[in-house]
Amino acid sequence: MPRLVLVFAVLAIATVLGLWWRSRNGRFTPVERSVLDRAARLDPAGVPASSGASPSVASSPRTSSSHAGSPTTPGLSTTSGPAIAGHADAVVTPDRLGAPLGSTATFLQLSSEVCTPCRRTHAVLSTLAGERDGVVHVDLDVAEHLDLVRQFDVLRTPTVLLLDPAGVVVGRMSGATSRAQAIGALEHLRHPEENP
Amino acid sequence: MTDTKIDPRGPRFGAALTAVLLVVVLLLGTSTAAVVVLAVVAASFALGVARGVQGTWQAAVFRTLVRPRLAAPTELEDARPPRFAQLVGLVVTGAGLVLALFGVSAAIPVSAAIALVAAFLNAVFGLCLGCEMYLLGLRLRSRSA
Repeated sequence: MPRLVLVFAVLAIATVLGLWWRSRNGRFTPVERSVLDRAARLDPAGVPASSGASPSVASSPRTSSSHAGSPTTPGLSTTSGPAIAGHADAVVTPDRLGAPLGSTATFLQLSSEVCTPCRRTHAVLSTLAGERDGVVHVDLDVAEHLDLVRQFDVLRTPTVLLLDPAGVVVGRMSGATSRAQAIGALEHLRHPEENP
Repeated sequence: MTDTKIDPRGPRFGAALTAVLLVVVLLLGTSTAAVVVLAVVAASFALGVARGVQGTWQAAVFRTLVRPRLAAPTELEDARPPRFAQLVGLVVTGAGLVLALFGVSAAIPVSAAIALVAAFLNAVFGLCLGCEMYLLGLRLRSRSA
């Protein structure tokens, strides 16, 4: 009898884990307002200061940055001190993106080739970008962009970073993302004070 | 081999069969019978690691009994993530077996319970551990390289 209880307990734990996992998929998590405000104060132009100093991620080896199509020029993620590290780390420049930023929003999707939900999310976001002016969808392979993976602490694929017109990361989603969730994220960009 | 595409319902059905076996292991406690059934599960995982998830006996059951009754799949998935998940299952159940052979009998239900959680999540929610852990593995590998 205790064994039967054990079986049910294990299955109950698995069910809770599964429901939690499913509820997290595609949920938009905005970057906190205070963080964005602090970044804006440090650099009103919204452009990262690239002073040619050593990259902020210099401690981590950039094994994949030699790959063609991933322009990780050392000056791009630079900071001259820890004070503005948070800001530069929150910006993706068109150079690193490998494409121009959208005038309204950019969905930066980080995918792996072996991931099935990545393909579904890709279809959802590219369709949406095709329908809306100023919305751009860029899909990058994590294996070739480990610098971005490290910089934004990406733990699973797909992870979608939502960039504002200046390339500032204003929020993120991970896991299979539905069309409604993607539209909700765009709404947040337009009205950040309202909760999604 | 690297570009093999499979019906995503296959591994999920296989995980359901594996989950049933693991429930049996838990119900058998720490008896010899439990060790034997867990060994069968571990051997199935070993088959999946060696030949891909489409080469397991669970996949054979799916192909012959289940898939003919289903509509064609709406999408195919890469065979690599589920194969990685088979490796995760082999490590968990294999560790349980090895510890049991060294006299740690509690390792049998513990490893069966962990593997059951993973198999249940795969079967019921379509959560593929291999897919979720792929990037973590990539990050670790590139760091040590």
